[in-house]
Amino acid sequence: MPADILYSVRNLTVEYKTRAGVVRAVDNVSLDIRRGEILGLVGESGCGKSTLGKALMRLHTGPASIAGGELWFDGRDLMKLSEREMPDVRGAEIGMVFQDPMTSLNPVQRILDHLTETIQTHEPEISDAAARARSEELVERLGIRRERLNEYPHQMSGGMRQRVMISLALALRAKLVIADEPTTSLDVIVEAKFLDLLKELQKEFGLTILLITHNIGVVAEVADRVAVMYAAKMAEVGDVNEVFADPKHPYTQGLLKSVPNIRLEEAELYKMEGAPPNLLHPPAGCRFNPRCPFVMEVCRTQEPAFAPVVGDHYASCLLYQEAGMKQERLHG
Amino acid sequence: MAEPKPIANEIAASVTGPDDLVQVENLRKHFPVQSGFLASLLNRGHIPAVKAVDGVSFTIRKGEVFGLAGESGSGKSTVGRLILGLLEPTEGRVVFDGTDLGSLSPETMRRLRSRMQVIFQDPLASLNPRMTIGEAISHPVRIHITNQPDEVRRVVIEILNKVGLAPAEQFYDKYPHQISGGQRQRVVIARALVTAPDLVVADEPIAMADVSVRALLLDLMMRLKEELNLTYLFITHDLATAKYVCDRIAIMYLGKMCEVGPLADVYEYSCHPYTRALLEAVPVPDPRHRRKEPMPAGEIPSAINPPPGCHFHPRCPIARENCSVEEPALRELRPGHFVACHYAEELLK
Repeated sequence: MPADILYSVRNLTVEYKTRAGVVRAVDNVSLDIRRGEILGLVGESGCGKSTLGKALMRLHTGPASIAGGELWFDGRDLMKLSEREMPDVRGAEIGMVFQDPMTSLNPVQRILDHLTETIQTHEPEISDAAARARSEELVERLGIRRERLNEYPHQMSGGMRQRVMISLALALRAKLVIADEPTTSLDVIVEAKFLDLLKELQKEFGLTILLITHNIGVVAEVADRVAVMYAAKMAEVGDVNEVFADPKHPYTQGLLKSVPNIRLEEAELYKMEGAPPNLLHPPAGCRFNPRCPFVMEVCRTQEPAFAPVVGDHYASCLLYQEAGMKQERLHG
Repeated sequence: MAEPKPIANEIAASVTGPDDLVQVENLRKHFPVQSGFLASLLNRGHIPAVKAVDGVSFTIRKGEVFGLAGESGSGKSTVGRLILGLLEPTEGRVVFDGTDLGSLSPETMRRLRSRMQVIFQDPLASLNPRMTIGEAISHPVRIHITNQPDEVRRVVIEILNKVGLAPAEQFYDKYPHQISGGQRQRVVIARALVTAPDLVVADEPIAMADVSVRALLLDLMMRLKEELNLTYLFITHDLATAKYVCDRIAIMYLGKMCEVGPLADVYEYSCHPYTRALLEAVPVPDPRHRRKEPMPAGEIPSAINPPPGCHFHPRCPIARENCSVEEPALRELRPGHFVACHYAEELLK
């Protein structure tokens, strides 16, 4: 694994067992998260982005299970760790921030106790006073006055609670924070401030952040690179400027054109016809083929590889792979 | 005790005309806060209240899309409910097509309701899970149009086709859980429009939908507006979406209106510091347009004890001493463009 990669997902498949059959919510997905980057993971409901985020911490229980793949985090394959070893990674090395902080925080526990408990669970040798001091320093850094540590979650605003969630992740100096729709329940001004905070933390602590969101604008605002998922597959990954300026996958192209842009003069939004497929019976070939404006005959039978188009810009689309194959045939 | 009201200027924003469908005049809605017997004794009978809507005046013209935007707790949804007559105003009035809603008997109000409909955010919460789609849409038809079974069915099938749920016969017998979220919102739209209303209050109608579905729903709403001669009150927190649909827009903060005017004017020449911040905060789906401006300090204060003077003054970058004392009235700064800020001229430059 190259030194600049913090987390390398290889051929990950996550399945849900349902009464109607097995649903592959993440299907043979590979993804690299680089050290110190903010990677935006976008896609619509049901594309598998949250399932992927949870799988990175092996958080699946119940009907969901990891059916295959490797999870290389900072030099080791998490799939090879036992269930008893996982808590040392979860919460400590990888932190998580969910959409609704109210369901992640204990309503009858003061904020301070959340923090000191987290710190002392993972570092039992730390004294109460030291844990408290670390907590105070941390929340002040995140823009919460230290007196407020004595409050309960319900006494804080949504934006404040989300800061508390981040502080819990940072209390143990996590290397990676997985933030799943962290700003979705926040108002725009609070959201903007939270995004500013993420950027500061990235700069100051060299924090690596996987930002899972349906909000394309949020990704454009803070991410260094962007990964686009469609129907349990990775559709496209690349530098945020490149992907937004020159999206390769027809799904990404349509998605970007259908997002309202307050800075654009254009009066019309692009209307992508159809809907994502039912993952119980995904279409053969490329999963986007029934909706794709550039569909070719081969797309209905052959599944595209997830391959580089230019440099580090990857896409699963036969448009580029077909051209390559033809070139090869010409030269071969 | 009555508070000082800068009414004279507020009324200016709602000059009555024959093209007006809805006139909202100095509307207030205060929700009393539950408190114990002892607390009310200590407060000497003064019950604290959430001032959800606190003196709002505007008009909605026939055939326009009037946007009402603001953050959570700004009072925008409460205004929508007051206009629909679903809530009684604490003060002020709503005039619908020349009729003061407050003066109507329940029976007249019920009949008037066929002319105003509502679309809420969550279609699953708006539809009865045990009612087929056909039954759900038949309901308003039977109440307001006809009781003849064949006729009811014909009307329902027609509207289902109009909202793009084809083949309509198939959708007629389906239950809400059997169709997708986008289709469910189409059902809600169909049910709202089947009585051919004049006014549709759309309260965050696309907020729950996925990006690609949103564009389709907006397009549908706008096509039906033309086809059926509708007027929309479009309530939203999303200023980017509002840009694509609204003719005029009002920005609310803590129960008051900060700015109202034609959409292009409010967006391009916004002269209230709060509107500025709100527009600046909207994430732009283009990494070349990353925000550089800092956001206003602090958070939205409580609507029980809003700051005196201008509600926005504690967070305002251009606030001066008088802003914490004098409440700014809504005044016309440019033709049809009203702003409630003492120093709006400075932002206009």
